[in-house]
Amino acid sequence: MVDIADRKPASSAAEPKERRPLPRWVITCISIACLLGLWEIFGRQVNPVFGSYPSAIAVAFWELARTGELWSALYESLRPFFAGYLLAVLLGVPIGLIIGRFRTAEAAFGIYVTAGYAMPLVALVPLLVLWMGLGFAVKASIVFLMALFPICINTWLGVIAVPKTLIEVGKSFVAPNHVILRRIVLPATLPYIMAGVRLAVGRAVVAMVIAEFFTTISGLGAIIINSANNFDTATMFVPIIVLMVMAIGLNSLIGYVERKVAPWQAEIAGRERE
Amino acid sequence: MGEVTFLDVSKRFALRVDGVLHHVQALDRVSFTVNDGEIVALIGPSGCGKTTALRVAMGLDFSTSGRVTVDGREVRGCGHDRGMVFQHAELLPWLSALQNVMFGLEMKGMRGGELRDTAEKYLDLVGLKESQNRRPHQLSGGMKQRVGIARALAIDPSVLLMDEPFGALDAQTRESLQAELLEIQARTGKTVIFVTHDLDEAVLIADRIIVMKGGRVHEIMTVPIARPRPDLGVVRGTAEFAETRYKVWRALHDQDTVVH
Repeated sequence: MVDIADRKPASSAAEPKERRPLPRWVITCISIACLLGLWEIFGRQVNPVFGSYPSAIAVAFWELARTGELWSALYESLRPFFAGYLLAVLLGVPIGLIIGRFRTAEAAFGIYVTAGYAMPLVALVPLLVLWMGLGFAVKASIVFLMALFPICINTWLGVIAVPKTLIEVGKSFVAPNHVILRRIVLPATLPYIMAGVRLAVGRAVVAMVIAEFFTTISGLGAIIINSANNFDTATMFVPIIVLMVMAIGLNSLIGYVERKVAPWQAEIAGRERE
Repeated sequence: MGEVTFLDVSKRFALRVDGVLHHVQALDRVSFTVNDGEIVALIGPSGCGKTTALRVAMGLDFSTSGRVTVDGREVRGCGHDRGMVFQHAELLPWLSALQNVMFGLEMKGMRGGELRDTAEKYLDLVGLKESQNRRPHQLSGGMKQRVGIARALAIDPSVLLMDEPFGALDAQTRESLQAELLEIQARTGKTVIFVTHDLDEAVLIADRIIVMKGGRVHEIMTVPIARPRPDLGVVRGTAEFAETRYKVWRALHDQDTVVH
């Protein structure tokens, strides 16, 4: 008895206090701070033509922002970007659903989607320019073509992964095909669709810059090319970083939308991770 | 209203296992009749064709020859005259319990206030009115299957087809759902055909037990216990229960068919 009474407080004192894990955003911020710090230290030792470092890029950013050059370039870039990207989502999802759901459609068109994903689009840009000129249309088309296929393929794979029994639920209640597609296949495929929509952001950003390099030199791509030609490496990094930050923003926006339209998914999928 | 007839139903299909093509005779000239308001259990070793028989009756699978009729009409696909309860409930995970029940009703063409009222009524019937707004993953296994039953019953089918409905549940939940099923059947008078591999369950619930082996009807047995059976605990203690259970067990272990 005495033994136990003695030990009890000791053991409870030894028990580790429940520690709240660091919030994810804190970890991310620490990671960014470390990266910027290291970049700053090592970047300063390099000839400014061959490399740059965060503080110099920040100064260049301020300069571009102050003159308004950055904002007008950003606006010019984002118009074809969103036009092409949204069209890719709007068309890619239904195409993927149909190819995944109907074996005739899959046999007839699946091969083009697979091939289209690997299409060397840069090589086709000159041809697209011949068709559409150098303006908005050709840029939006390049973004569209790059973003369409990952969305299509992911949706398609998602449809294939829908449990057969869920479709049988629809059948057993005599749901017509289009209702099964819309009310069972579509929601069941949403996580895959959202993954495709996210992957497409990256591809669309790349496509946008390609478009600005190879059609009319304009927007953020123009800032990159002009500053590179002037050996102004710090300024060249500004649009690159702006684009990456924008991609991160879009990704979290998509994540937010996903949690809104598919709340059950976040509830089912465990976030239990080490 | 609710008579199901199997007439010489056969089904063959090809199955590729490790690159070798096997022909499986899932059903071999299966014939039996289930009367209106009757509860019939299909029992047998796995691969005996009991689930295939149920799926053919539902219209989810098709027979190679022979036919199934419900109230004299030949089954040519799924229909609202039959309600299916799946083995793992198979609720749509993005819909609440209530919406899952409503889904079946909407497919039948019901709209508006009547839709919601009917769905609520059937959730109430299975004792889930309180949990109607929960999504499937917020429900226990037993609750999910209750929603599955409510969804099938709500469309007011003349026949309820159940594929091992309680097979995935723990013993206590299974027993309470068995009692509930009997009670609901007594109230609604539906014809029930259910697949099971549980001897006790077959004898407790069914009026007749169809023992299947190798795709054939091996034996049809009548359970000599009158319904309603308000207390299944009492039924378990009766001599008829023990006797029937033993008879079914013997039928399942007959050596005339080699069971793999």
